[in-house]
Amino acid sequence: MALPTFSRRSFRVWQRNRDVFLHLWRAETVPVFAEPIFILVAMGWGLGGYVGSVEGQSYLFFIGPGIVASYAMFSAIFECTYGTYVRMHHQRTFDAIIATPLNIEDVIAGEIFWAATRSLITTCAILIVIAAFGLITSPWAILTPLLGVLGGLMFGAISMAVTSIVPSIYSYNYFFTLFTTPMFFFSGVFFPLSSLPEVVQKAAWFLPLTPMVNMTRALVQGRFHPGLLLELLYVLAVTLVFFLLSLYGMRKRLIK
Amino acid sequence: MSNMIEGRGLIKRFDGLTAVAGIDFHVGNGELLGFLGPNGAGKTTTLKMIYCAVPLTEGDLQVDGMQVGGECRRIKAILGVAPQEENLDPDLTVEENLRVYARYFDLPKQVARQRVLDLLRFFQLEEKAKSHIESLSGGMKRKLIIARALVNQPRILILDEPTVGLDPQSRHSVWQRLTRLRSQGITMIISTHNMEEAAYLCDRVIVMHLGRILAEGKPADLVNQHTEGTVTEVRLDAQPGAPLLKELARRQIAAVHVEDVLYLFTQVEPDVLQGMGIPSASLVQRPANLEDVFLRLTGTELA
Repeated sequence: MALPTFSRRSFRVWQRNRDVFLHLWRAETVPVFAEPIFILVAMGWGLGGYVGSVEGQSYLFFIGPGIVASYAMFSAIFECTYGTYVRMHHQRTFDAIIATPLNIEDVIAGEIFWAATRSLITTCAILIVIAAFGLITSPWAILTPLLGVLGGLMFGAISMAVTSIVPSIYSYNYFFTLFTTPMFFFSGVFFPLSSLPEVVQKAAWFLPLTPMVNMTRALVQGRFHPGLLLELLYVLAVTLVFFLLSLYGMRKRLIK
Repeated sequence: MSNMIEGRGLIKRFDGLTAVAGIDFHVGNGELLGFLGPNGAGKTTTLKMIYCAVPLTEGDLQVDGMQVGGECRRIKAILGVAPQEENLDPDLTVEENLRVYARYFDLPKQVARQRVLDLLRFFQLEEKAKSHIESLSGGMKRKLIIARALVNQPRILILDEPTVGLDPQSRHSVWQRLTRLRSQGITMIISTHNMEEAAYLCDRVIVMHLGRILAEGKPADLVNQHTEGTVTEVRLDAQPGAPLLKELARRQIAAVHVEDVLYLFTQVEPDVLQGMGIPSASLVQRPANLEDVFLRLTGTELA
């Protein structure tokens, strides 16, 4: 099996998605800000009043970075599941594109790069929100958008690999209820993983959102430890593997 | 006339189903070639092999001297493809559809802008430039798909069923433009199951059925070779019975029946037919066309 390759032409697909986004940005922007604000108010202020302090900080303070990482994740996942599926299957947009000098790998890579961009946009938007809540305490937070790009690539690639095998758009229900939602709850966004039994803790470490939450928390609060490097390597490895899997899977799905 | 496209021994199988069963063909420079055949004949698959959307199972296919399989990006750069399926980008306006498509070919912005204007004018879509795709009629969508295929000024234009589903007026409007493009010297390949379209547009026609080529030639030559110029249609009350068919065969009258219509390819006097129990009132004589060529070769209708 030859390694699937894409070219600089994938940028053309990124541009296409950007153009569409700029048409719709009003519709797309409000939800990006609104939902994390609701969560921070309801959970941070509301629930936080009963929780007291977590790891020596207020509950609102604790969940802020995780909200950044998880909403960035959601925007990348949404783009490469429903977004890609509609373009691929319902609109037949990919068929039209691959009749030009672009090949299917260019299209898929461009879609994942776009997912990374959406994740970047969401990261920046929510950073502004948590800054407004006064939750940023370290200048290292300026690097958080890079994590947005990295996480977007990883979750875009994972979602794209799923898209390459789903039989229909309804199959995503499985992906969301069995993968995305549990990850949202068990990646250390809402409580420290140390409060879980050891076996579950170990399993949770492999959920790709866990290292993203930990790294975001480290940058936003300026608290670093050597374990973060291992987490970064893990994210890079998962990204690479799923990126290649999605290129391979989509060629298999679309070119018969 | 040098060949723009040459295919030899092309075979395409999809999980056990053979869509194209070993065909040889060529397309000359500046020629307008038509693949004529019913749905499932293998026309679309053949076209898709040319524009690298479907890999060959076996065979050798060259486009302007470039090998399909190895040089797909370069091949696709000189092709314009108007697929049968409407796949315009519904997230973009009419004008943006063309501009974004031009970008896939790396056209500079200024060049693309001018070309988009020219194409919108050529296809009378200027007033729709800012409209969204869903507000277009079927005929306009079809024209926009062809306009999109021309945005890179292709040397070869591939049109899969360019007028299927259009009303007669829109169909003629598309034909008129294709005729003008042909006069500019662009090589074109169309697939169609409409014999009128094939006869009107094509320099040469390849008749396909079940993945194979049955006949090939200029539309008029095909009609002359395979018919006597006139066909008699007999409208019966029911499917012709075995005795009638036997009698026709005995008298060496070439006949094909499709349900309760009998097509006679041999000139026969009406009283001879009357003697076989066919009343003169049920007879219609008309000039033969490509549809009859297909009928005669396959025993089935085109559409």
